[in-house]
Amino acid sequence: MSDSKRHTIAVLVDNEPGVLARVIGLFSGRGYNIESLTVAEVDAAARQSRITIVTSGTPMVIEQIKAQLDRLVPVHRVSDLTMVGPHVERELALIKVRGTGEKRVESLRIADIFRARAIDSTIDSFVFEMTGSPDKINAFIKLMEPLGLIEVSRTGVVAIARGSQPI
Amino acid sequence: MSTEPMSGAEIILKALVDQGVEVIFGYPGGAVLPIYDALFKQNALRHILVRQEGGAVHSAEGYARSTGKVGVVLVTSGPGATNAVTGLTDALMDSVPIVCLTGQVPTHLIGNDAFQEADTTGITRPCTKHNYLVKHVNDLARVLHEAFYVAKSGRPGPVVVDLPKDVQFATGPYTPPAEIQHRSYKPQTKADSRRIEQMVELMAKAKRPLFYCGGGVVNSGPEAAQRLTELVRLTGYPCTLTLMGLGAFPASDPLFLGMVGMHGTYEANLAMHDCDLMINVGARFDDRVTGKLAAFSPGSKKIHVDIDPSSINKNVRVDLAVVGDCSSVLADLLKAWKAKKPKVDERAIAQWWKQIDGWRKRNCLAYEKTDKVIKPQYALERLYALTRGRELFVTTEVGQHQMWAAQFLKFEKPNHWMTSGGLGTMGYGLPAAIGVQLAHPEALVVDVAGEASILMNIQEMSTAVQYRLPVKIFILNNQWMGMVRQWQELIHGGRYSESYTASLPDFVKLAEAFGAVGLRASQAGEVDDVIREMIKVDRPVIVDVCVDQTENCFPMIPSGAAHNEMLLGPADKAEKPTSEEGMVLV
Repeated sequence: MSDSKRHTIAVLVDNEPGVLARVIGLFSGRGYNIESLTVAEVDAAARQSRITIVTSGTPMVIEQIKAQLDRLVPVHRVSDLTMVGPHVERELALIKVRGTGEKRVESLRIADIFRARAIDSTIDSFVFEMTGSPDKINAFIKLMEPLGLIEVSRTGVVAIARGSQPI
Repeated sequence: MSTEPMSGAEIILKALVDQGVEVIFGYPGGAVLPIYDALFKQNALRHILVRQEGGAVHSAEGYARSTGKVGVVLVTSGPGATNAVTGLTDALMDSVPIVCLTGQVPTHLIGNDAFQEADTTGITRPCTKHNYLVKHVNDLARVLHEAFYVAKSGRPGPVVVDLPKDVQFATGPYTPPAEIQHRSYKPQTKADSRRIEQMVELMAKAKRPLFYCGGGVVNSGPEAAQRLTELVRLTGYPCTLTLMGLGAFPASDPLFLGMVGMHGTYEANLAMHDCDLMINVGARFDDRVTGKLAAFSPGSKKIHVDIDPSSINKNVRVDLAVVGDCSSVLADLLKAWKAKKPKVDERAIAQWWKQIDGWRKRNCLAYEKTDKVIKPQYALERLYALTRGRELFVTTEVGQHQMWAAQFLKFEKPNHWMTSGGLGTMGYGLPAAIGVQLAHPEALVVDVAGEASILMNIQEMSTAVQYRLPVKIFILNNQWMGMVRQWQELIHGGRYSESYTASLPDFVKLAEAFGAVGLRASQAGEVDDVIREMIKVDRPVIVDVCVDQTENCFPMIPSGAAHNEMLLGPADKAEKPTSEEGMVLV
């Protein structure tokens, strides 16, 4: 679809068994895309978790996704961050790179430019940690490929609206 | 304010009684034995023993839809729960309030592939409005009350409560139901008043308006149907109903255009296509109603009243969305309309009616009158004529007979027509009729059936006989899966693949074997006699009406076609082959 657009949606849910399965089942059952999905408890006292979903679809599909999410009994709030205005998105990635000699030095140099930190090192490898927008992480991974990229682990996007108000 | 400690099983029954439950439909098994033991020791709840768990859910649906109450089901773990899945899905699609209690293996065995273990909450998650697994007896009363609240509030639907056996044995506190303020689930029932005003404005200036109303009006309660009727009559605008909505507006009213959709009337479908304002109250633009979406009512503004925001703009983009309960919205709308007393364009409306009356003259439900065979339409016309003046409840199975029943039986009131609309579940009608008859012991309850559908839950005859429920099963027997055969004839070159049932039982003897009464009509002249006899007998009856084997159900909008491309009769089919795009649709 030509008018398909990427949306980042934040969902506040009761942290109860099966709630993630409800959300995922909704997406698979109705044929919606999930580009990434993250979940963790954000309010232990209220036992609430926040799910951040990056999805894509036409305006009609996105509207459906939000209405269907909102209809789930344990869902408190659904907020389409892409629609509500400016927001920040971050992702954490751990990237393993193997190499020696000039390649090893080059990977360190690029990591420095991208503000990635080496959090593990052996004689012929590094594990870099970096946070940033998905685009920035993609760019870094692309640069690591010729330098000995071994493995990537990414969290998926977490996002929050700018300004003083909660969702 | 909790009372003295009780066993989990006792808490469950107490919660049901406090929720106003009188009847439960169930089937015992290992994982629910404590509940059945508690049932044995009390008199407040009546248990109806079905013959298969699928029957229990459909019976509860019939009970719920004919009374407006929540239908309650009790089944065991594993196969008990999986057998209930079709009924739960049916109730979800048609928004029927059901609470289904399922037994579960003890908590310490969950996940161990124990005997009769199934992941019931996992399996039923996509086919329920919500479900619960109660792992501690302290949560039991609260969860049960919440289950009833979720089932009946907002857009109604089925709720499963999975009950491990150790929780049924454990001792815990009971808390009575209280006003529920759910943490996260808060359906909107009252519409935004500005939207009501906009709705009045749009309605006032319409030149070719049409009310298109559905099961949401029925679900909203009898006063919703009264308000709809008052509003439609006040405006003088035409009204059509979906399959699920039949009875929400009196069929005898001249403003009623008949049912809309694939087998709806010519006038209703053409009015849908040509209207300039569509006022959708409690219907969901189902594909059986819209036909080809790209050609659906191209020139109209559309208003959609629905309690479920996810129904709005799902299939058809609308111009004005009104989220709220139909009854509440209709009350507000009536008030606003009466206060404003808008001047409608009477000349345009009269012109619109002239056009509609022209379509009506086409007499689209006409069929060949003959006394050589029994036409199924004739049998239903006679059933309607001979039952007029009685409190008649009708359930159906699924197929041609269902569509003919929707076309030829006329409903003046809501909650008298129970059919599986969304899921299209063959085998729905007999157990549903049992549930209806239990709720209305004095009424005439007829399951209009086909010979194929009825065999899908025929075991429930035994339930009807056990509880002396005088349900009448009116089989239009053409020996074919009629709707399958019709599609094969019209779309698949007359290759009748597996749609003929050989070795059908003798339905008269079958009725007798169950201890019921069997009647048969083989000629048109016998139809009145068997219907009169069927009504007279105060026991379950199977009527085997041997109808024309080749009759097709018209009008028909072939899948993938638009409302104005409908087939009106056998002569129509040759000219309009079904498009390739349409063939892949169901």
